[in-house]
Amino acid sequence: MTAPMRPQASACPACAAAPAAEALAELDKPTEADIMLSLPAIHCSACISTIERALNAAPGVHNARVNLTLKRAQIEADPGLTAADMIAVVNGVGYEAHELDAGALRATATDRAGRDLLMRLAVAGFAAMNVMLLSIAVWSGAEGATRDMFHWISAAITLPAIGFSAQPFFRNAWKALSARQLNMDVPISLAILLAVGTSLWETTLSGEHAYFDAAIALTFFLLAGRYLDHRTRAIARSAAEELAALEVPRAWRLDEKGEEQQVSVADLKVGDLIRVRPGGRMPVDGEIVFGQSELDRSLLTGETLPVYAAPGQKVSAGEVNLTGPLTIRASAVGRDTSLHRMADLVAIAESGRSRYTSLADKAAQLYAPGVHILSALAFVGWYLYTWDARVAINIAAAVLIITCPCALGLAVPAVTTAASGRLFRKGLLIKDSTALERLAQIDTVVFDKTGTLTTGTPDLANLGDFTRVELEVALALAEGSSHPLSVALTAAARAHGITPAPLDNLGEIPGYGTEATWQGRTVRLGRAAWVGGGQTRQTSAWLAIGDDPARPFLFTDSLRDGAAEAVQALQDMGKKVILLSGDTPSAVEDLAKRLGIPQWASECLPQDKSARIQSLTDKGQKVLMVGDGLNDTAALAGAHVSISPASALDAARVASDIVLLGSDLSPLPDAVKTAQSATRRIRENFTIATWYNIIAVPLAIAGLCSPLIAALAMSASSITVSLNALRLR
Amino acid sequence: MNVIAYLIPISIILGGIGLLGFVFTVKSRQYEDPEGDAQRILSGDYDDKPKA
Repeated sequence: MTAPMRPQASACPACAAAPAAEALAELDKPTEADIMLSLPAIHCSACISTIERALNAAPGVHNARVNLTLKRAQIEADPGLTAADMIAVVNGVGYEAHELDAGALRATATDRAGRDLLMRLAVAGFAAMNVMLLSIAVWSGAEGATRDMFHWISAAITLPAIGFSAQPFFRNAWKALSARQLNMDVPISLAILLAVGTSLWETTLSGEHAYFDAAIALTFFLLAGRYLDHRTRAIARSAAEELAALEVPRAWRLDEKGEEQQVSVADLKVGDLIRVRPGGRMPVDGEIVFGQSELDRSLLTGETLPVYAAPGQKVSAGEVNLTGPLTIRASAVGRDTSLHRMADLVAIAESGRSRYTSLADKAAQLYAPGVHILSALAFVGWYLYTWDARVAINIAAAVLIITCPCALGLAVPAVTTAASGRLFRKGLLIKDSTALERLAQIDTVVFDKTGTLTTGTPDLANLGDFTRVELEVALALAEGSSHPLSVALTAAARAHGITPAPLDNLGEIPGYGTEATWQGRTVRLGRAAWVGGGQTRQTSAWLAIGDDPARPFLFTDSLRDGAAEAVQALQDMGKKVILLSGDTPSAVEDLAKRLGIPQWASECLPQDKSARIQSLTDKGQKVLMVGDGLNDTAALAGAHVSISPASALDAARVASDIVLLGSDLSPLPDAVKTAQSATRRIRENFTIATWYNIIAVPLAIAGLCSPLIAALAMSASSITVSLNALRLR
Repeated sequence: MNVIAYLIPISIILGGIGLLGFVFTVKSRQYEDPEGDAQRILSGDYDDKPKA
C-alpha cells in the first residue's frame, strides 16, 4: 500500500519534507482484524465520543475511530474479534450498527484520485496567487528591465506549476486525440500550452504582454470545477457501495456430518445442501429437501402474501424464508440463478435506452470546434494583414484564452454539487451524473406497489371485531412466532393495551401457525386451511378457540411514510401517475383508490412492466420509474430516469439512477423541483458564460485584449457562475 | 527598488511554506471527515492531554 503512494520526486518536491505522513501511512497497514461498521443514526459530537469510548474500552480493541461524514466506524482489533461482537458493543450504548463488507469498501476507503486533484489544485492556487501578485506590478506600469524580471519570475513559477497541475487535462486531451475525437480538454490544453508558449517567447524578446497569470488561473479554476465534480460523484459512489456492502454474502452449507459451515455464496456448488434460517434470503436456486416454512417472494414478484413451502418445492434465489429453518439442495448457482437471469433482462433494457447527452456535452460539441476555428481565423486574418507571425500568434493565443471554458467548466459541476448536496441532506442519493437533468424533464411517474408505495409489512385492519379475551389469546399465540402477520398482530394488540393470556404448550408449526392450550381448550392461530377458516379477499390469519368457528384477522399492506403526500404533490405538479404491480387485482385496486391513482395494472410480469415503460416512451413521454423489486429492474433500467428505495434489492439499486436513503417517500416531489431549478441554473450559467464571450471575443480578435482584460473576464465569469449556482433552492 | 530583491523571495518562500503545510495535511488524510472534525471540537475528551 505504501509503495504506490510514494510520489515521484519530480512531481511533488514537498512530499520528501513530510516524513510524518509517510509514517502515518505505514501505521495504516491492516496487521490485525479490520472491522468496518455502518452507523446510520450518528449525528453529533456526543455520538462520536460515546461510541469511540465504548469501542476503545471493549477488550481486544486496539483502536476505533468514527467517521461522521461517512457515518462509519473503523475498528482495529485482535484477530479473534468479529463484527457481531462490535455491533453488540455499539448497540449497548444505544446506537444502531450494521456490518460492512470491508472488501467491497476497500476501493473507496482511500480516495486517491480526490487527494491527487486536491494536491494539484493547491499547487495551482499557490502559483496563481504569486504570479497574480507580480502581474499587478506589470499592469500598474512596470517597464523595461523590471517588467522583464517580473515576467521571468512568473515563468519560473508558472512552468513547473502547470507541468504538475495541468496533467489531468493534458492526459485527457491526448486520450481523445489518439482516439481521433475532440473533447473539452483539447481546447483547454491548447489554450494553456499556447498561452505559456507565446508568453515565454514574448519574454525572451522583452515583449510587453505575457499571459502567465491567465494560464495558471485558467488551470486553477478548471481544477476547482473538476474537484467539485469528483467530490459529488465520490460521495454518491461511496454511499452506493456502502448499501451493497451491507449485504454480506454468506451462506450456511451442510457438510457430510450434517454440520453447518459458514461459507461465501461464491463458493457454493450445484448439489450442495444449504441451511436457510428464518429471516434469511435464498442464496441460490434449488429445491427444498427438509423443513416447512413460508416464503416471502415480494422482491421477485411483487406478491405480498407469503407462500407455503414444503419439501419438493422449487425455490429461487432472492426469496426470503419466513418461519421455519429450511434445507435446500442447490440446482443453480451464481450466474445461472433466476436472480441473474433477471439481471440479463436489465442489460437488454439498458442497451435499448437511448444514450442521453448531457447539457455539458452538448455545449462542448458546439464549443470545441468553434473556438479552434475562431482562433485559426484570427491567426490567418492577422497574418495576412500584418505579415507578422508574432502578432498573429499572440492574437490567436489571446482568443483561445478568452474563449477558454473556465465558466463552462464550472457551470455544471458547481450546480450539480449544490443540488446533490441539498438532495443528499433530504435523503436522496444521485448516482448518475446526468440523473438531475433527466429528472427535470419527466412528465409521467410509474410506481411499483409492494415495497415502494407500501412498506411490504402488514397492518391489522379489524382489531375492533374481536373481544378483549379473544385478543388476549391471539396476542399470546402471535408472540410465539416471528411471522410478519404475527408481528403485526402483536404490535396492534400491544398498542391497544392488551396483555397476553396465559397459555400452555405453546408451539409453532412452521408453515402453518401457532398452537397452544388455553383453559383446557386447543387454540390455534394461522393459515385458513389449518385452522379451519374460509376464503377472504385480503391477507388474513385465522383464530380458532376450542371448537368455536374460526374467525379471520384481516391485514392491509401498510403505506410507506409520505406515499400519499408524494403521489398528491406529483399529481398537483401535473405529472401523470401510474401504478404497476405484480400483486393481485383486488390488492392493487384498493391501494390505487386509497392514493387516488386513476391508472393501474395488476399481475404484471417483469416483461410487462418494461414493455409498458417502452410503449410510454415511444409515445414521447419521459417516464420516472420508482420501484424496488427484482421484477422492477428491467423497467427501472428502461425508464428515462429511475429511483429505488434503499431497502430494494441490490440489482434494483444498481439499475436505478437515484437511491432514496430514508424510508419516507415525501422527498420525491422536492427532488423533481430541485432538479428543475438545477437545470435552469445550468442553462443560466451557460448564458452568462456565453455573454462574457460575446463581449470579450471581439476585443481579443481586434487585438485589444491585454492580459489584464483576459484576467478580469476570466475571474469575473467564473465567480459569477459559482455564485449563481449557490442561489439554488 | 532594491527592496524587492528581498521581498519577492520572502513572499514566495512564505507562500511555499503554506503550500508545504497543505500538502502535509492532505497526505495525512485530514480532509477525510470534515463533518466529524467540526463536531469533535465540541467534545471535551482530549482537552487535558492529547490522545495517547
